[in-house]
Amino acid sequence: MLAARLVRLVATILVVSFVTFMMVNLLPGDPINALVPPEAQNNQEFVEQLREEFGLNDPMMVRYANWLGDAVTGDLGKSVITSQPVAGEIWRRLPITAELALVAIGFSLFIAIPLGTLSAYKQGKRVDQSISAAAQVSLSIPNFVLGLLLIYVFAMRLQWLPATGWTRLTESVSGNIKSVILPALSLALAEVAVYTRVVRSDMISTLQEDYILSARAKGLKDRFILFRHALRPSSLTLITVVGLNVGALIGGTVVIETLFAIPGLGKRLLDAVFQRDFLMIQGITVFVAVVYVTINTLVDIIYMLVDPRIRKKV
Amino acid sequence: MNASVTVNSAEASANTNGASLLQVSDLHTSFSVQAGEVKAVRGVSFSLDQGKTLGVVGESGSGKTVLARSIMRLNLGDNVNTSGSAVFEGKELLASTMSEMQTLWGNEVAMVFQDPMTSLNPLVKVGRQVTEHVRHHLGASKAEAKALAIDLLKEVRIPEPESRLNAYPHELSGGMRQRICIAIALACEPTLLFADEPTTALDVTVQHQILNLLNREQQERHMAMILITHDLGVVAGRTDEIMVMYAGNVVEQAPTAALFADMQHPYTEALLRSIPRTTQRSHTRLAAIAGRPPDLIDPPSGCAFSPRCPYVQPKCREETPPLQATDNSGHKSACWFPVGTPENKEAFEKNLAARLPQTMSVAEGAMVNTEMLQEKAATQEERN
Ligand SMILES: Nc1ncnc2c1ncn2[C@@H]1O[C@H](COP(=O)(O)OP(=O)(O)OP(=O)(O)O)[C@@H](O)[C@H]1O
Ligand code: SF4
Ligand SMILES: [Mg+2]
Repeated sequence: MLAARLVRLVATILVVSFVTFMMVNLLPGDPINALVPPEAQNNQEFVEQLREEFGLNDPMMVRYANWLGDAVTGDLGKSVITSQPVAGEIWRRLPITAELALVAIGFSLFIAIPLGTLSAYKQGKRVDQSISAAAQVSLSIPNFVLGLLLIYVFAMRLQWLPATGWTRLTESVSGNIKSVILPALSLALAEVAVYTRVVRSDMISTLQEDYILSARAKGLKDRFILFRHALRPSSLTLITVVGLNVGALIGGTVVIETLFAIPGLGKRLLDAVFQRDFLMIQGITVFVAVVYVTINTLVDIIYMLVDPRIRKKV
Repeated sequence: MNASVTVNSAEASANTNGASLLQVSDLHTSFSVQAGEVKAVRGVSFSLDQGKTLGVVGESGSGKTVLARSIMRLNLGDNVNTSGSAVFEGKELLASTMSEMQTLWGNEVAMVFQDPMTSLNPLVKVGRQVTEHVRHHLGASKAEAKALAIDLLKEVRIPEPESRLNAYPHELSGGMRQRICIAIALACEPTLLFADEPTTALDVTVQHQILNLLNREQQERHMAMILITHDLGVVAGRTDEIMVMYAGNVVEQAPTAALFADMQHPYTEALLRSIPRTTQRSHTRLAAIAGRPPDLIDPPSGCAFSPRCPYVQPKCREETPPLQATDNSGHKSACWFPVGTPENKEAFEKNLAARLPQTMSVAEGAMVNTEMLQEKAATQEERN
């Protein structure tokens, strides 16, 4: 069963990397333009030499096969702009983006689970309606607008937190914490709205279950019933949605890292796009896709851990 | 919750004088829905002494569950209106706050539900489900609670109790799960146990084991029990008193032996006719009662059973028969033409002559094995 899952994972990664490769190559404009300094554009010989060097004259399939062959060994090529190895660049920036995304997920769950639970518990009451309305509003606020707002309040007016920049964990723990809070909150808000709804609707149906009635008939306190009996069965959809939302979250990091001037993967990707640094674009995009697919496979496994009935079947 | 509860305090105070464990008087419960008021329980009174068993019998929809939940004040929703009185150990339940009720639930008053497949949390280990309320109510330590859980599981005859504590409900059979539910209900040594169709969802062979287990525990612990069922056969040998409900009313109420010796209400008789014969292994009914239970939003005038009753006469549709004592043994019934009386016989013949459908079908299928049930009731007598 696990083997089948792994085969599926590898197949998915192949498809994803191929599609990404195609899309990067189909970006308008000849990638060679990025390589050649404007004054050398007319030097046909020089241009031809560069084309040869980067394999741009080979058919697409051959180029993909070559790229894949290298990628499997961990070589994603070099930046056409800075000549840095793409893989090294990814490893250097990954911890930053990973931390940002994880903290954002943490914040959003920390806020959404109690809110969704409260909403379901008070279904139809004023609290529930207010929470739903707030979620609706927060969904319509773009994350960079929220980011600007947070920067204005907490960095500029209150001066509690830095407005931009990043302190690595290895440099200073408190500095790192300070630098992650605002960008992570900006990313978390939209997630909070989605997760609150998911928890609320699952929780509402769980609360109809007979076993919740029998828990009440045991005289347990409502809060205990909500968090110790109802939450776990109500978290299965949430786990799936969190996994699926990782894609949106990574998209969000591109914007937020740029806004907060954080040297993460997202910002690097955006820079690469502007510079038409195609190997860099390709490397980062495929890497992100692989991470995404892997996370969603992990989600299936977490699912099994949460629900013993599924665990048994596998 | 904005559910409305009206307490009839005059009656409540009168009832506290009695020594009964539970005294219910003129209990009414209705639900406000779009179409009107669903009058699910319409004036039920009974009393139950410590250590005694009351059987509540009726078809689906007769209000048995609503009655039990009204007394328990449990999960009736926001659209419920309850009035009357239910005094438990001298305390008016209908006037109690939810947090007062929480101290009773699972502790003084426990409940066993119909379907053990759905009434255990599938994601929580059996051990925690058996002990969590013990720890909550009695403040038992983890170790004490575990020891108690093992004892309880042994008591409800679950093999290898230690390892079962670590099992999840789906790893156990239906009968095992209901045993677990009973263990949960017994854990805090309640004085009153509600068992709402505790065996309806189980295999026939397991049903008897579970009912016997409940009976044994009830007697050993001198616990009062309200056993709810739609099967008169289930309560026959297992209760001290029986209350037959129809459309939210009590139509007949009597000590068990008296009821089977002298069945008075046509509905009780019809229920008896619908008992699956023990020699028949399957669930097939000898004769289901013709027709459907009445609309509870706008119940028929007069006797609620009149549209289905084989003995119905014009008077039945005009005047509601009161629930009244027919002798001094505590046997009460609500019928103008009680079974076994000459008036009843006369009514039957009149209806037969008029070829009333429900009367015809009774005439065809009337071969009731009453002896078997009388025998059961007699064993109960000896027991007491
Ligand atoms: N929350 C509610 N809102 C409206 N009507 C309700 C509600 N709960 C119960 N009823 C109605 O009250 C009536 C009595 O229901 P109840 O569940 O007490 O029947 P029962 O005798 O327990 O039947 P069964 O044998 O099927 O369990 C039914 O007609 C039912 O539809
Ligand atoms: S005989 Fe009349 S009063 Fe008695 S149950 Fe039938 S309809 Fe009701
Ligand atoms: Mg019921």
